[in-house]
Amino acid sequence: MPKSRAKAGPGKVGQTMVFAKAPTILGAASVVGPREGAGPLSGWFDVIKPDRLLGQRSWEMAESKMVEEAVDLALAKAGVKRRDLDFLLAGDLLNQIIASSFAARNIDRPYLGLYGACSTMALALALGAALVSAGFARHVGAVSSSHHDTAERQYRSPTEFGSQRPLTAQWTATAAGAVVMGPPGQGDLRLTHATIGRVVDNDQKNPFDMGSAMAPAAADTIVAHFKDTGRKPDAYDLIVTGDLAAVGQPLAGDLLAEKGIDLGNRFVDCGKMIYDETQDAHAGGSGCGCSASVFAGYLVKNLAAGKLRRVLFVGTGALHSPTSYQQGESIPCVAHAVAVENGRVCGN
Amino acid sequence: MAKADKSTAQRYARLVARRSPKPPVLRNAVTAFLGGGAICSLGQAVLGFFLVRGLTLGEAAITASAVMVGLGALLTGLGIYDEMGRWAGMGAALPITGFANSIVSPAMEYRREGLVLGVGARLFTIAGPVIVYAVAAALLASVVRLLVSGGLGG
Repeated sequence: MPKSRAKAGPGKVGQTMVFAKAPTILGAASVVGPREGAGPLSGWFDVIKPDRLLGQRSWEMAESKMVEEAVDLALAKAGVKRRDLDFLLAGDLLNQIIASSFAARNIDRPYLGLYGACSTMALALALGAALVSAGFARHVGAVSSSHHDTAERQYRSPTEFGSQRPLTAQWTATAAGAVVMGPPGQGDLRLTHATIGRVVDNDQKNPFDMGSAMAPAAADTIVAHFKDTGRKPDAYDLIVTGDLAAVGQPLAGDLLAEKGIDLGNRFVDCGKMIYDETQDAHAGGSGCGCSASVFAGYLVKNLAAGKLRRVLFVGTGALHSPTSYQQGESIPCVAHAVAVENGRVCGN
Repeated sequence: MAKADKSTAQRYARLVARRSPKPPVLRNAVTAFLGGGAICSLGQAVLGFFLVRGLTLGEAAITASAVMVGLGALLTGLGIYDEMGRWAGMGAALPITGFANSIVSPAMEYRREGLVLGVGARLFTIAGPVIVYAVAAALLASVVRLLVSGGLGG
């Protein structure tokens, strides 16, 4: 693999934080709903809920419950107690991020609420890695969630309303993914780089086609990551966006090709991975929980097993709101990239 | 990077148009025809039933509408109408059963926010604009008619 051109030592090159003392991933867990559990990644998720209400009195509290369960399960796998968590970084799609904050109320540790739409998991990993790498924390929890029914009622229409969705639309996943990060040297999986994206807006206005809106942001951050690190696409086994889905991912490929970057077969997307064609999800999955659960489920497990050596996880978020699109504004988007590797397989 | 300039945005819009899947217009039209046709045929049968039972056409039409609204509400409550809507599209939205669906679905969705701020305030989130512009259009048509025919007529 090509050596990084970035200087050794902690620091920042361009938009990229380089973690010389790379934080580790000690544990990861995913909790998903029935539709996600019936999809192609079924075997990679830790908990598959048989219903979407989880015995709670509202969709919102069901989502919050999933967040709490995912965090507790990730802590258990990491062998870390709740009280040893220095910070909890969490975010979701709901107004005032209530799914995260209500879970944080129960977890009862210092809490940083984040919003990056579907890029939230990548954002939480980047910030958590920075906190650990800089020595402000030993253990940091990063968690993100979404719920189909909470998102539908907030962004679109009541769940029982009979409308036909366009083919470009994505299906908000009912899922939560959590990761517990620890100090350097404590585990095989290391977070080595985080590239923080700019807000990119190519004047897309269709809230039923967020893949097209987000693709330019994803391409912008991927280009910046390669420029800052000096790495080439072949440094990674997988470059995983979450979630551009079936319409956005080829568009990101087109934009990268214009810059002379060909990601080839290693370019995959969480939104395309989580459902199959028979599940009527149209373009694919979306929502903070989609990329979070694919990361905490599929990616972390394959990295830990050494089947994947190094992965670039690129969370992509559409930063609009129902208010902004009803007022005719375009959809600003952001993407953050996190490089994760198995230190045992990649060496130093 | 701020917002893309006009030429970048236009160039990107062309790329998006090329990559976007084309909506299956023919399939949608066929399912809308079959779904909407089935609902309307059922409505016609209900109307016929009340006519046979001796109601006048006006009474039978109103009663049949009420039955279809009740059916739409029931199917919404059972979680079936949203599936019908996904399949038939406008064929399920346009008949009066679709109107029932548009009222009952927010009533169910916002029940958890209470009877006043939830159900009461949100009941017409979808149907509200339809009613507002239907009334406005009726008013406009009446004014035009008044001006043209010069009287309220009988």
